[in-house]
Amino acid sequence: MYQHSVRINRLKCVGCISCIKSCPTEAIRIQNGKAKILDERCVDCGLCLSVCPHKAMVSVTTPLSDLGRFKYNIVIPSTTLYSQFRGLVDIADIYAGLYALGFDAIYEEAKAAEILAEAVSRHIHSPNAVFPVISCTCPVVPRIVSVLYPNLIENLSPFVPSNELAARIAKQEFCETVGVPGDEVGAYYISPCAAETTHMKNPCGIEKSSIDGVIAVRDVYAHLLNFVGKSSSLPEHQRSIVHRAGAFGLGSAVIGGLSAAVGTEHYLALDGISDMIQCFDEIDNDRIRNLTFVEAMACKGGCVGGPLTFENQFVAKNRNRRLQYSQPRIALEADEHVQKYIDSDMLRYDKPITPHNIMKLSDDVVEAMKMMDKLEEVNKRLPGLDCGSCGSPTCRTLAEDIVKGQAVEMDCIFKLRDKVRQMAQEMIDLANAQKRG
Amino acid sequence: MSILYKEAFNIEKGDFATAGEASSKIKRTLKKLGVEPTVIREVAISSYELELNLVIHSLGGSLTLEVGDDNLLKLTSSDVGPGIKDISLAMKEGYSTAPESVRMMGFGAGMGLPNIKRHSHRFGIESEYGKGTVITCEYDI
Repeated sequence: MYQHSVRINRLKCVGCISCIKSCPTEAIRIQNGKAKILDERCVDCGLCLSVCPHKAMVSVTTPLSDLGRFKYNIVIPSTTLYSQFRGLVDIADIYAGLYALGFDAIYEEAKAAEILAEAVSRHIHSPNAVFPVISCTCPVVPRIVSVLYPNLIENLSPFVPSNELAARIAKQEFCETVGVPGDEVGAYYISPCAAETTHMKNPCGIEKSSIDGVIAVRDVYAHLLNFVGKSSSLPEHQRSIVHRAGAFGLGSAVIGGLSAAVGTEHYLALDGISDMIQCFDEIDNDRIRNLTFVEAMACKGGCVGGPLTFENQFVAKNRNRRLQYSQPRIALEADEHVQKYIDSDMLRYDKPITPHNIMKLSDDVVEAMKMMDKLEEVNKRLPGLDCGSCGSPTCRTLAEDIVKGQAVEMDCIFKLRDKVRQMAQEMIDLANAQKRG
Repeated sequence: MSILYKEAFNIEKGDFATAGEASSKIKRTLKKLGVEPTVIREVAISSYELELNLVIHSLGGSLTLEVGDDNLLKLTSSDVGPGIKDISLAMKEGYSTAPESVRMMGFGAGMGLPNIKRHSHRFGIESEYGKGTVITCEYDI
């Protein structure tokens, strides 16, 4: 079953090469004039969503109409959500808007991020940490690592993403307080990110995600905007939540925010998939030493740069900063809620993340070597322009597709033109070949 | 053994602009071949060090990857000079003949050769001063 969160609208796709050129795992081809995602290669980074000039890449999210599925609904607002609204001074306005949508409880992703930051901070001082510890808050990170950097799997943080933890805690606390069974409660994440749908359906290192729906920030934007600056007259219970996050939690929407909350100076904060890959390569090759922590986010700027957001990432960053300054700086090691969960198994993955080599040509090494030889040979015959017109991102990838039997040399328009020229010449020669007219 | 797969790269002296490309290509090839990730990491580390050594210390040479039918992977670095005067000294951690200009770039800590040896299953070095150096790293795959 197709598990990814990006789909192609075939009516809008014109078969241009923007997406195939940008894909970091070479997971897209153009076939019969339309883009096609190679299921096993896609890591759900969402880059194709933002580069497609025809808006033909569609992110699959949960519609608001899904809210009737459970008896009780909890909402997990992403930390990025608050930064989307011009003039937002009091986050309580957003809580009010979310309650008005029909949610029974709110648990902030930012609060879970604070618990995780404190947990990572403790983990990097524990004897079983493998350095550098790579944060898994971005759902693309464990996927990229498992397909491209199997050696770094042991470096992955043992803790689940902040939204997953938020859903776990929120459900448990709601069930305890209200006294209802778990299966009557649904947790909906308001997401800036395209990969979250995949995380929900097919999570990495987790048996079953506690998130039941992923709603795009854009889909609730207009509704929530109506509440900005207008909630102060509402009764307190319609605009407040139990565990409010502080400045550290809010900061985690922006790259570098988590590192600041963890509190180590030996860290790298990587944003954007290509920079992430470049640095993972160097870490994998042991070229960056004495590093404690790596915070990596697939989107430029961090979650504020997510493809499902409304606001441009720089404006969002600025608003995030101002909201942070207006919040108390909660000392994480002293926060009661953080301490309640810090040692809980709820923070941890429940199964190992396994390597998944998408690059190998064949399961059999000898066969792979023969194919590699052929690949080099085919590659030499191709023009080397990497124009993408054949539907593969580079000439080398076309050579690989040919060797795997998924394309032919004549898919290359330059090879085709040579062939046509040669055939035309043969026809001229043939026409001139008669002696008697 | 007979060679099933071979790739060779010419490495130019002092060419920092392309330094690292050959070892990146070797790493990519090994991923395509489906070689064990732990071995790929070791080959990636030693091939990078070998490549950098060729750029920094040699007068030019080549880096070759060979995979044999007996599950043996071999990296060979071969240069046209200048050769190493005292191999045992060169193999010592922290010993370096790298010029100041190279140290300024963050290289030349004298860890190259020991690191290559550490990341090889079998390591061989032959050198004649005035002629050149041949280094071989073998891996069981």
